[in-house]
Amino acid sequence: MTKGQPIIRFEGVTKRYGKVVAVDAVDLEVREGEFFALLGPSGCGKTTLLRMLAGFEVPSEGRILIDGQDVTNVPPNKRPVNMVFQNYAVFPHMSVADNVGYGLKVDGVGGAERARRVEEALALVKLDGLGSRRPDQLSGGQRQRVALARALVKRPRVLLLDEPLSALDAKLREAMRTELCQLQAQVGITFVMVTHDQDEALALADRCAVMNRGLLQQVASPSDLYEFPASRFVADFIGSVNMLEGALVVDEPDHAEVAVAGIDLPVFLDHGVTGAAGTTLWLALRPEKIELHKWAPAPPALGDAPQGRNAVAGTITHVAYLGSESLYEVTLPDGQKLKALRSNLTRWDQEDFALGEQVWLAWHACSPAVLLS
Amino acid sequence: MKGPLDYLARWPLRLWLAMVGAFLYLPLLALVVFSFNDSRRITVWRGFSLRWYAELFDDGELVAAFGNSLVIAAASTIISLILGTLAALLLWRFRFAGKAPLEALLGLPIVVPEICLGVAFLVFFTAIVPWPTELPWPLNLGAIIIAHATFSFSFVALVVRARLASFDGALAEAARDLGAGEWLIFRDIMVPHMVPGLVAGALLAFTLSLDDFVITFFTSGPDTITFPIKVYSMVRFSVTPAVNAASTLLILLTAGLTALALWLQGADIAKQAA
Repeated sequence: MTKGQPIIRFEGVTKRYGKVVAVDAVDLEVREGEFFALLGPSGCGKTTLLRMLAGFEVPSEGRILIDGQDVTNVPPNKRPVNMVFQNYAVFPHMSVADNVGYGLKVDGVGGAERARRVEEALALVKLDGLGSRRPDQLSGGQRQRVALARALVKRPRVLLLDEPLSALDAKLREAMRTELCQLQAQVGITFVMVTHDQDEALALADRCAVMNRGLLQQVASPSDLYEFPASRFVADFIGSVNMLEGALVVDEPDHAEVAVAGIDLPVFLDHGVTGAAGTTLWLALRPEKIELHKWAPAPPALGDAPQGRNAVAGTITHVAYLGSESLYEVTLPDGQKLKALRSNLTRWDQEDFALGEQVWLAWHACSPAVLLS
Repeated sequence: MKGPLDYLARWPLRLWLAMVGAFLYLPLLALVVFSFNDSRRITVWRGFSLRWYAELFDDGELVAAFGNSLVIAAASTIISLILGTLAALLLWRFRFAGKAPLEALLGLPIVVPEICLGVAFLVFFTAIVPWPTELPWPLNLGAIIIAHATFSFSFVALVVRARLASFDGALAEAARDLGAGEWLIFRDIMVPHMVPGLVAGALLAFTLSLDDFVITFFTSGPDTITFPIKVYSMVRFSVTPAVNAASTLLILLTAGLTALALWLQGADIAKQAA
């Protein structure tokens, strides 16, 4: 899904705290109207990047542009962005309506106009009629709605969300995900969210930036991040993965073969890799893309790997039963362990694929993602 | 199962508790009771009467001393509230060279023996900066007001500083994000948060000033008598139940204000725990 023009641009933004480089030469564009997620493990620099966008931190190097305007040194109270804080930071001594109206009051928006817009914002987050409540009479979910309304009522160009769902319990988080998506579609404002939760990022965002140790690793749509990761870090951070290290042995325009220790015949890929023979590379194979068979797999479909390729025998050494599916750990003869995820298609699957069973693993020629770094 | 409080159910401990209570409060109780005694003699009970209280209010000097005490307490409270709050804000907000020594110095007036402070003020106001005693009332009370503010501002600073420690910086950031500048953040976010600390600090300063004897003794002159000093001089001339009545009033006032301060802080803690 492609959305409009760039609205935010980071140009070579670096942030240092003493000798620690929190954000390292980040170039990044966020487009008008999109839901953008900054994703990464804790300490990767994503929050620092968001706080620089809000104005709470000033970059050591580089520029930040919003709507083409250089805002690098503009203080937070003069920027066309508003933020939803991690713990919501709802003002405890003000009523819900006063919280939501605070930004307008500071801007000098008068009584009747202010009351109308506060009412609108509260309706937007489904808190109509709760304007006179005190924050300590609200649940965590309601406080978050207050924080959302308080930021949205100022009609910012960009709404910043710092780990918006992390303080909610699991059920509520699920519901709020859907609501955040709907809210964003409804108001049409660009959302930039920071999260360490990959599921959250994949479910909510139009595009994600994955960061690690201050460096931008990859910027892509959720499905591209998952299916076409750019590096081992991204493949490993997003979802679960079997990482096979191998050497390139055959490289043709229409197929390639990779020798992997512990698998008898080279792994067959349905596309070229354009690398020198012998190059070390990694195959990222998602557990759900590995099929589990009780016998050696039948001849493959047309266009797939030749007979006997992309298949390996092993023993089930662990089963995690997850209800709708099961996660199997299969140990190969050389001791290597592979994870395979399988839907529980019948009610008797647990007996067919039990602990200690000898099984075959197989995958399509297009399934492994080839990684060079 | 026995909790620590279950031991209170045993009679030796109860007895001990009762003895401690009696030791602490019986003298005060005796004082209060005998302030209602209908007798000139302080040790013989002759019946209930309010005559000593009436006598108190007829004593012009005592009423004037009480007025002085109230004015001094009010003025020194205002001064120490402003100075103490500023000091607390400074220590909370900024990092600077010499912050640790300054924090230690702030507590000094609390730990230095009062008699030392008293003598120090005596020297200061006679030898270094003599306070003109012929000023019209209440300006002639200036020296005492300054002396009181000097020690009570430390208490205010400590109480407000403790309150500030629980301030959530994200609130200030949120206000800033919504467009507020430094002054609005202070007025709309910081001050409401500090209010319980300010009230408790002010009550503390007021009470400390009201019943201070030692420091006041060294800084007051013949025209600037405070209530505790006056009571002391009454005792020197003659111990009448009027002294008891005056003391009872003072106890009532300070106990009431202290209870109010404690209640405000307690309500604050309960709110944070909730």
